[in-house]
Amino acid sequence: MSESLYEIVIGLEVHVQLATQTKLFCRCSTQYGAPPNTQTCPVCLAMPGSLPVMNRTAFQLGLKTACALNLQIPNFTKWDRKNYYYPDLPKGYQISQYDLPMSQDGFLLITDPKGQFEPRKVGIIRAHLEEDAGKSMHDEAAGKADSRIDLNRTGTPLLEIVSEPDMRSPLEAKAYLTELKLILEYLGVSDCNMQEGSLRVDANVNLHLQTPEGKVATPIVEIKNMNSFRAVERAIAFEAERQYEVWLETKQKIGDVAKQTRGWDDQAQVTRAQRYKEESSDYRYFPEPDLAPVTTTDEEIAAVKAELGELPRQIRDRLEAQYKIPAYDADVIVNQGQTTVNYYETLAKNSGDGKLASNWVQQEVLRVLKERSLEIDAFPISTERLAELVKAVAGKEIDGTRAKDVFAEMLDSGKSAPEVMKEMGIEKVDDSELENLCRELLEANPKVLADLKEGTHKAVGALIGQAKKKNPNIDPGTFRQMCIDMSAKM
Amino acid sequence: MSLSQDDVKKVSLLSRLLLTEEELTTMTEQMSDIVGYVEQLNELDTTDVEPMAHAVEQFNVFAADERAPSLSRDEALANAPKRDDECFRVPAVLGE
Repeated sequence: MSESLYEIVIGLEVHVQLATQTKLFCRCSTQYGAPPNTQTCPVCLAMPGSLPVMNRTAFQLGLKTACALNLQIPNFTKWDRKNYYYPDLPKGYQISQYDLPMSQDGFLLITDPKGQFEPRKVGIIRAHLEEDAGKSMHDEAAGKADSRIDLNRTGTPLLEIVSEPDMRSPLEAKAYLTELKLILEYLGVSDCNMQEGSLRVDANVNLHLQTPEGKVATPIVEIKNMNSFRAVERAIAFEAERQYEVWLETKQKIGDVAKQTRGWDDQAQVTRAQRYKEESSDYRYFPEPDLAPVTTTDEEIAAVKAELGELPRQIRDRLEAQYKIPAYDADVIVNQGQTTVNYYETLAKNSGDGKLASNWVQQEVLRVLKERSLEIDAFPISTERLAELVKAVAGKEIDGTRAKDVFAEMLDSGKSAPEVMKEMGIEKVDDSELENLCRELLEANPKVLADLKEGTHKAVGALIGQAKKKNPNIDPGTFRQMCIDMSAKM
Repeated sequence: MSLSQDDVKKVSLLSRLLLTEEELTTMTEQMSDIVGYVEQLNELDTTDVEPMAHAVEQFNVFAADERAPSLSRDEALANAPKRDDECFRVPAVLGE
């Protein structure tokens, strides 16, 4: 790696499909996976004389997202035609937004509780509402065969969210995407399913280098075709190294060559140059005469903001403060989504121990969900039942290791924590019993007693095993401390 | 302003039209005439006139997000020069 030799400069363009029932300009269904060419009409097929009409819900979802991303919403917005020819674009232009987008100038805060990068406010240039194109299917084996076109997706509402080139590492890019996706999911504006194309990412990457002649920038490369956040991270890392090699060889600076588009090849883990879609990318934008502009009042914007609800960052801060848990814990829980947050909060309240509840959710609950590929709604132990167990651990009625056995038994039996504990013969050992056991073992092990008196506390370890054999219900922590205290007086 | 042959060449390329030399000359003349005609609008003084984004003073035309029936596949594909059972067929698209 050559980290000190260059700085990576990353900007991201995210296209997110808005969760509407129908398309942006006609009332065809947006349902994914329908048989080819069964969700089209004269509008999305570009028949002469058809007229697009804006989907109110799509615009509202766009507004909601814009507010959550701290974007400014102008009172006036309009749509434009972006002209280019491609077989999956029946009109010969895409209805998009050019000079007066529905929102601009926002930001997204990214942080890393593990401290791998400093908190960063990533600027968002704009978020605008546009329509999707259809799908081209290429029969690569046949080579020269026809391409097949499915126009079901044509006209599906997309929000294009364009960041400033503010990110400085692949990790930061991934953090931006993760946080953005989380916000979109909390808002319920998109299902963000990357496999189904509901969320697509393009990355613009170049390097800033320090040279004896001063700071120089390498030509910007746009990377496409990344199908996961991990792919984005890897593609950017690869591209940075590649650009550095090319720089050493050619000394090409930004402006010396045209902006290049490269595709990520996930199999080979490399980016490859793509053919130019246009000889020149001259989209000849002009105002869309078929659509009326949209105006939004300050009152309407205020109303959208008021209804946003709590966003991930606010929930993290609140969980930290309210339940006294570390930032890392709050991050893990919130990143799982709203339902996990609800589960955690109920568990924390019912058990009365926020940190312990957090440990149980992170370690046991999430582990089981992962093993069984379940969503938290389907988790077999209700918060009420789990709270009884967490309470027992908090009250030292049971130690952590045995509590995990109880948890395992509760998982598929439907039994309550007290029931299982009773069956396993687990009950809290009273203090006099514990004292007797302590004295008995210390007297029987003079070597350990001598070590303890000298302050070698780890010597007590030898006794814990013996004590557990005599009474499996003892709490090792309490027993340990009692031995130490008692040895001093013996 | 009159259009040059290079301007027209560029527009024809963007429009995926292949023009012969003869057509290029004709088109350059005709397009220059059209642009020249529209250019007369520049003679108007629009200093105090607010720019319009739309020819009709109309705003906020929305439709509810409620599904309506789509065309059948056969209807959708009816005008296609080339098709198969499911899809439009077009000459292979290179460059993805």
